[in-house]
Amino acid sequence: MAQVSMTVNGKAASGDVEGRTLLSSFLRDTLELTGTHVGCDTSQCGACVVHVNGEAVKACTMLAAEAAGAEVTTIEAMANADGSLSTIQQAFQDHHGLQCGFCTPGMVMSAAALLKDNPTPTETEIREYLEGNICRCTGYHNIVKAIMAASGQDVSSIAAE
Amino acid sequence: MYDFDVEMPTSVAEAVAALSQEDAQALGGGQTLIPTLKQRLASPSVLVSLNGIAEMKGVCIGEDGQLCVGGATSHAVVAKDAAAHFAGLAELASHIGDPAVRNRGTIGGSLANNDPSACYPAAALGSGATIVTNARSIAADDFFQGMFTTALDEGEIITEVRFPIPQAANYQKFLQPASRFALVGVFVAKFADGVRVAVTGASNDGVFRWTEAETALGSDFSAGAVDGLTVSGDDMISDLHGTGAYRAHLVGVMTKRAVAAAG
Repeated sequence: MAQVSMTVNGKAASGDVEGRTLLSSFLRDTLELTGTHVGCDTSQCGACVVHVNGEAVKACTMLAAEAAGAEVTTIEAMANADGSLSTIQQAFQDHHGLQCGFCTPGMVMSAAALLKDNPTPTETEIREYLEGNICRCTGYHNIVKAIMAASGQDVSSIAAE
Repeated sequence: MYDFDVEMPTSVAEAVAALSQEDAQALGGGQTLIPTLKQRLASPSVLVSLNGIAEMKGVCIGEDGQLCVGGATSHAVVAKDAAAHFAGLAELASHIGDPAVRNRGTIGGSLANNDPSACYPAAALGSGATIVTNARSIAADDFFQGMFTTALDEGEIITEVRFPIPQAANYQKFLQPASRFALVGVFVAKFADGVRVAVTGASNDGVFRWTEAETALGSDFSAGAVDGLTVSGDDMISDLHGTGAYRAHLVGVMTKRAVAAAG
């Protein structure tokens, strides 16, 4: 066991980890931030996407020890300071971008990473960016619509209902 | 996963020293190695992370005009920072895996692993790149030695990859949609002194050069020059995603597409 320290959602966080402890385990089990979901645990599904130093990564495929000193942001920090939903989260609600909600934390974190680099993505760019985020409920159309809406674009022409 | 220790060296020299320990294993971005460890297909005693070594990160143009990519440079950084110099390489990097994977996975990790369906081996072999390690420089033609096998010695680290910049280049990947690896991928590069064509995803021996196509394209760099050329599917990967014959056919199709796209 070794001590690892990082900044999670703006606060100093530390704990004892084994070498094999994944960042996803550290967040969920040590810090009890269970908003980061583990779906496949094989870096396919994207439910565990968090931001490490501002970049989207799959927390199930990164060792906690490698995040030492990093700035980590999880879904728990995505709401506004007053507790209201962020623009992206509100758009997911408004446009029915979730059903069971399991993939949603990863979807929101990926959407935030996309909009940071590309504030007004096309529908195609959104779909390509979500390649590594799997949803088994929605069929993706409303997720894409929500992200377009969150970027301030007109979504009336988006295909699906 | 079996447990292991993690070391985070900050220089190549420290990493080399750490890797001299018994059962030590280098860790690049971990996008292949960590899933492999989860399946208990490997049991290193020490993982030596290469991600804290600043001298192994980034893209630059060397004095000889070649594009230098640090061994621990992520696919996302290559996609962004190589675009102005070597668009064909940047484009390839921008379609590996998915965005989150590209933020972690590294060029050195991909080349050292030499997955027979990975994209980067095609770029390195197709460009005639030089793989620079802590000990020596290895020509791409000598580096890839069969599926998951390279010229690297135990504990040797890829510190940099040097790419000659072609006049025109393109990579076409026929996507295996579940894994995001290439079912077949072809990298074509046109240089002043000839054309190189490297194929990934197809052969049981890993990435290879399609020399007949190189000769034909050397005298006529057009998709039509490949008409009538075929590769044998006998030694190609056959699995539930495609037979060897299917992959052999795709080699021709993807080569033509790459030539057409390279212009």
